[in-house]
Amino acid sequence: MDRFLQTFFNPVVMAQYTPDIIAGIWVTLQIAAAVIIAGIAGGLLLACLRSYRIKTLNFFIICYADIFRALPPLVVILILYFGFPSIGIQLSGPMVLFIVLAATLAAFAEEIFWAGFSSVEKGQWEAGIATGLGFTRTLAYVALPQAVRLAIPPLVNRVLAITKMTALGSAIGVSEILSSATTAQSFSGSATPLTMSVVAYLVIFLPMVIVARWLESRTAWKKR
Amino acid sequence: MANRPMLEIVSLEKRFGTNTILKKIDLKVAEGELVFVIGPSGSGKSTMLRCCNRLEEPTSGDIIVDGRNIMAGTRRDLDRMRLQIGMVFQGFHLYPHMSVLKNVTLAQRKALKRSKVEADARAMDMLEQVGMEHKADAYPGELSGGQQQRVAIARSLALDPKVMLFDEPTSALDPELVGSVLKVMKDLKSKGMTMVVVSHEMGFARETADRVVFMDGGVVVEQGTPDEIFGAPKAERTRAFLSRVSG
Repeated sequence: MDRFLQTFFNPVVMAQYTPDIIAGIWVTLQIAAAVIIAGIAGGLLLACLRSYRIKTLNFFIICYADIFRALPPLVVILILYFGFPSIGIQLSGPMVLFIVLAATLAAFAEEIFWAGFSSVEKGQWEAGIATGLGFTRTLAYVALPQAVRLAIPPLVNRVLAITKMTALGSAIGVSEILSSATTAQSFSGSATPLTMSVVAYLVIFLPMVIVARWLESRTAWKKR
Repeated sequence: MANRPMLEIVSLEKRFGTNTILKKIDLKVAEGELVFVIGPSGSGKSTMLRCCNRLEEPTSGDIIVDGRNIMAGTRRDLDRMRLQIGMVFQGFHLYPHMSVLKNVTLAQRKALKRSKVEADARAMDMLEQVGMEHKADAYPGELSGGQQQRVAIARSLALDPKVMLFDEPTSALDPELVGSVLKVMKDLKSKGMTMVVVSHEMGFARETADRVVFMDGGVVVEQGTPDEIFGAPKAERTRAFLSRVSG
């Protein structure tokens, strides 16, 4: 028992590396926020464009969504970080992590919003168009709010899954939570920093899971 | 009727692939006239109505509303013309995420560019006309079908249309709710609205219609006053249809 506590909950190590872990939390939060905003905005934009049903454009949107949903983000991260400098494109670690995760989230979000658009009744579009709103305003005021409402539960789950992947930054030296923890672990020779990273992730993501539950429970329309 | 034509359908044709739904339909509706369209299902009557605001794209032919051809002009012209053509659907299609008031003001604000004050006032007037002003803050999901349909009528009326199209407006309603919607339509007729109604409410047609049009197989088989069509139909197909629906 003593050995277990020494390994995972060493107070001296904890005190020493808390500032590093907190710095890691800050980096994780910043990248996660940027990924969520850019990924959702990108996905929503693509789904809106797709609803115009322009054949060539939709071909590219679907290709993009399928490819980025199929690829493991780590592979793309490594290519961008280690491969791109050779062709003269030098991106910082946090930038690579942001681009890849935002692109991945955008691909999933596009599909989720698109499913939302597809489940908006045809009659809703017809009502908007028949009242002279035209396609774009019907999209914006009639279809979009309904599609977003339908998309929230699956979207929240996907956002959680992808923002957790900020931990992949440890593979390219982005000093987010996991990276700070593994560095601290090798310096201290103790597993305690890893325990601290677990706590850090829970502090960030547990509230998000709870918010997700709450959002899911209030997505139904007012019913008679 | 001596009035000028408000809606003219000129050799309207609609094909889906090799299937011809409408075969060179011609129909004139005068200002203030209520034309009632009957016919068996698949006769093309709903398609004809939906071609009148190009929700369904005609294969050929012209649709002329108050002297202007909606088949000519740009997409923007079409949206502007659609403001003058009110449409009421079988399934109401109110926006579920908006209050009744918002449902009636949306197109006024965003398409007609009316101010909020003006749009709200107009909406309340129209809701009063259909007897729904007390539900302005309710959501569509809280209303009965008949109430939803009346709000949908108010939503169209608020745009000051020149002609109103009704596509089986009472078919989705419970029988006891049909009356309230028909009453609103009757009021509208008495106020001089030009109306084209596709419906199976023969009693309403007898009482309110100026003219009854019988369609079958994508053509207008016969038309005349309600007395002529219901009392003494000339065509065999009309007689067969009427004996079927009257049981």
